[in-house]
Amino acid sequence: MSSAMLELILEATLDTLYMVAISGVISALVGIPLGVLLYVTRPGQVLAQPALNGALGIITNIGRSIPFIILMVAIIPFTRMLVGTSIGTNAAAVPLTIAAIPFIARLVEGALNEINPGLVEAAQSMGATPWQIILKVLLPEARGGIFTALTVTIVTLVSYSAMAGAVGGGGLGDLGIRYGYNRFNPTIMLITVAILVVMVQGFQSLGDYLVRKSDHK
Amino acid sequence: MIRLDNVSKTYVLKGRHGGIARTVPALKHVDFHVPAGRIHGVIGLSGAGKSTLIRCVNLLERPTTGTVTVDGRELTGLSRQALNQARHGMGMIFQHFNLLTNRTVFANVALPLELMGMPRGEIRERVTPLLELVGLADKASQYPAQLSGGQKQRVAIARALASRPKVLLCDEATSALDPQTTGSILALLRDINQKLGLTILLITHEMEVVKSICHRVSLISDGELVEEADVGDFFTAPQTRLGREFLNDFLKLEPPRALIERLEASPGHNTHPVVRLAFRGDAVASPLVSRLARECGVDVSILQAKVESIQERTLGLMIAELMGPAEKTREALDYLESHDLQVEVLGHVQRNA
Repeated sequence: MSSAMLELILEATLDTLYMVAISGVISALVGIPLGVLLYVTRPGQVLAQPALNGALGIITNIGRSIPFIILMVAIIPFTRMLVGTSIGTNAAAVPLTIAAIPFIARLVEGALNEINPGLVEAAQSMGATPWQIILKVLLPEARGGIFTALTVTIVTLVSYSAMAGAVGGGGLGDLGIRYGYNRFNPTIMLITVAILVVMVQGFQSLGDYLVRKSDHK
Repeated sequence: MIRLDNVSKTYVLKGRHGGIARTVPALKHVDFHVPAGRIHGVIGLSGAGKSTLIRCVNLLERPTTGTVTVDGRELTGLSRQALNQARHGMGMIFQHFNLLTNRTVFANVALPLELMGMPRGEIRERVTPLLELVGLADKASQYPAQLSGGQKQRVAIARALASRPKVLLCDEATSALDPQTTGSILALLRDINQKLGLTILLITHEMEVVKSICHRVSLISDGELVEEADVGDFFTAPQTRLGREFLNDFLKLEPPRALIERLEASPGHNTHPVVRLAFRGDAVASPLVSRLARECGVDVSILQAKVESIQERTLGLMIAELMGPAEKTREALDYLESHDLQVEVLGHVQRNA
């Protein structure tokens, strides 16, 4: 294999990692609070706001029901406004982030739902404010579940990022389609898939490790 | 210290498919007072409203009507913020302990102090002696999952005491523990009551708990307090049918099965009465059975007997068959009743059957 080819593969790998990192971090920063909000505004919860909860639920569901490939092209004007261009890795990171936010939010909500309601009750009996309950009870107790949610999200982002080629986003998926499929080069195809497999395994192992470390259930 | 005035709690259940909402009364006009330094038990069957009652005391459940006053402060009239402040003065422990799984034993006990905004150094000074008090100083850095049920409840007790409350609420605190562990937790609670002068309100379905640590007991049934008495009185002479059922169940003094099958409701031509006798006070010490034989000419066949000691009072219970001619046994029953015994005729059995 030519060194030019190797360089292409290396560049594509870095592009994929870049897109996953950017969208992973931003979607976690927005998605985790959104997930907490989805949980604590439920009827009967510490900040019960049924109307707000209903509205957030609908928005989250809409976000989750749009197919990624359609979302990517549908928000091109928004992407251009945000990052100044509609092509490239930065442009691809925008729809990735937007798709991942509701995904994380629902997973985090699910992780919080696993917490024994008795713990919240105990904190309330000690005079904890809703804010203290979120920071001292809900988030620490859901730590393992939140790491699981982030791991699933990162893995999903790796696979979604392969579609970024549709907006000229680069990355391993794009490379595999252009060189491996369009130019009938099965070696390239195999190499990109192999790198993706290793990448996913790596993220999964790291995630599992963090869950084990953080959870004392 | 704890006062409930005319407290009612009604749950509204939404009907399915937009049907009519149903209301379920969980507490009905409860008036209730626990003086400072006392241990008060509320006993009842599941679904009677015990949990709702204890949750109304620190307003985890807000009463539909009525007022709750703890340590002279009417909680039902407080703002959210003031209520949280007031809750620092009340500790609570639960059936399933409710410890935070991702905090160490030390950090669990420290939690209420963190919530109050206490500085780290002071927290350490406060938590260490508490862990010693509950006998878990060596487990400070372990996680709850590594502890036994009894140890978890000890941590929960230390946690409940951390803010130096005046009131401790115990919600079925020993129901998930084995009898031996229950005993040691109850001993700890009694100890705390005596050492710290803490007022304790506990709810339970176990007579054993009431017997071993409570000063006074209330019986709750269907959302109403139906009976309240000092524990010694309750165990010797419950006033209600439900109270007697709890007591009989606790004493496990039922006639043998074979006898129950032979029991007839009304006296026949050739039958003996079978009676349940409850002795208390002086009656326990006097030789009544032999006197019956001597003075009334009735033979007594004891089928079952038990003596319980409840808070320095003695309670004797006996199931016996009185053998003799009808008029003699009649006389014997009168004799027993006149000697301050509680006599209950369970039925009649055929002679020589």
